[in-house]
Amino acid sequence: MRLAVPFKGMVQRFALLSLVLAAVGLMILSKAETVLIERMRTGVTDVVAPVLDALSRPVATMAEIVDNFRELTRLRPENARLRVQIERLNAWHGVARRLEADNRTLRALLNFTPEERVTFISARVIADGGGPFVRSVLVNAGARDGLRKGQAVVTGAGLAGRVSETGGRSARVLLLTDLNSRIPVVAEQSRTRAILAGDNSARPRLVFLPENAKLVPGERIVTSGHGGALPAGLLVGIVTSAGEGTVRVEPIVDWDRLEYVRVIDFESVTLKPAPSGAKRRRGGS
Amino acid sequence: MKGSFWHRLDNVARRLVPLGLTLVFILFSVVPLHIPGYSAIVPMLALISVYYWAIHRPRLLPPIAVFAVGLAQDFLSGTPLGLHAVVLLLTYGAIVSQRRAFLGKSFLVVWWGFLVVSFAAVLLSWVLASALSGTLIETRAGVFQFLLTFALYPVMTTLFAGVQRVIPQVARNVPGP
Repeated sequence: MRLAVPFKGMVQRFALLSLVLAAVGLMILSKAETVLIERMRTGVTDVVAPVLDALSRPVATMAEIVDNFRELTRLRPENARLRVQIERLNAWHGVARRLEADNRTLRALLNFTPEERVTFISARVIADGGGPFVRSVLVNAGARDGLRKGQAVVTGAGLAGRVSETGGRSARVLLLTDLNSRIPVVAEQSRTRAILAGDNSARPRLVFLPENAKLVPGERIVTSGHGGALPAGLLVGIVTSAGEGTVRVEPIVDWDRLEYVRVIDFESVTLKPAPSGAKRRRGGS
Repeated sequence: MKGSFWHRLDNVARRLVPLGLTLVFILFSVVPLHIPGYSAIVPMLALISVYYWAIHRPRLLPPIAVFAVGLAQDFLSGTPLGLHAVVLLLTYGAIVSQRRAFLGKSFLVVWWGFLVVSFAAVLLSWVLASALSGTLIETRAGVFQFLLTFALYPVMTTLFAGVQRVIPQVARNVPGP
């Protein structure tokens, strides 16, 4: 028994060392983004997805209850604010109706091919908490619901990110604040094109701006649709600072309330008939 | 020593408690809490677990289990595969080789040790993540993650100490490697 102890220690040390090397090897493999690693990832998330789905529901309910109480305390001012807003929006509603009619007649005049209809797939966020180095979430819909890599993920407010990995019943969404996120965008007023590049901070940067670009804080940034992966015109965020070469954009999505998202199935309608599923529903863009 | 089948099964189940518990904590750490800014600074609960068991009962959390825990963390949080595995294994190795320095010491000494270890672990994961992405990732979230992990240590170890009492005593008093 006395001899066995140092021997066991050596075996343990050897096991530890080989496992560290294996982990380093995996890290290099995952950097190369092999199909094998991706299959492993999606395989594991598929298995855990139902558990995470179940776990995240009560937590979301608790968060909602807390939110409700907080909202109760400021019902009165909120009500007054909403009344004012309704009046303003009513005016806009009239304008929109008139423009829509105009648009329809003008399109008819031009024989304009109608824009492709877009399909939405709704999904629930079942995991975030990636830590300091990634900005991504897991959602409870996957390839069998029609999700594919590269699709845009939106909330009611605007663009949240893109699908980066799809399993059968779960998928990972790379948020637009992530280090690896690059989204072709355009400024709504000045029509300046750029790429929105995440850097893990709350406010991603605009890169590849033309030299004479003049962006002012407050300008809305929307997707440009270049590259064909994302539909054009999705609201992304608002320019917050535009000085010293770096222009930063405040995303429009409220990350803390990211519970339900919609994945935009952009190409499938034009390329092939959309598969019918329980989570699928049609709507305009 | 040889008990009935059920007795042995019970023993095995109890021995799997540290690994199972750590995996459950990883699951909990990725559940969306809807707290502003929380998802970027989630505490490394797995690190607390590895630190605790490496000092108190390394047999119950062998290197292969630590490796599995690290991979599980990478799979669920979307970090480069292997990153947490490397960090946790190196932490584990360092602690197991120095565990005599921690055994039987007061809680504050062990907690202070965790301050150093968790700082080193977060720093190492920052270095690895930055190297893998080819940029210097901003450090603020990492600092808060370290502070939160450190602050949660007493709560977590109270729980682990309770759990440790349930695990059969057979493996106790076995000298560490």
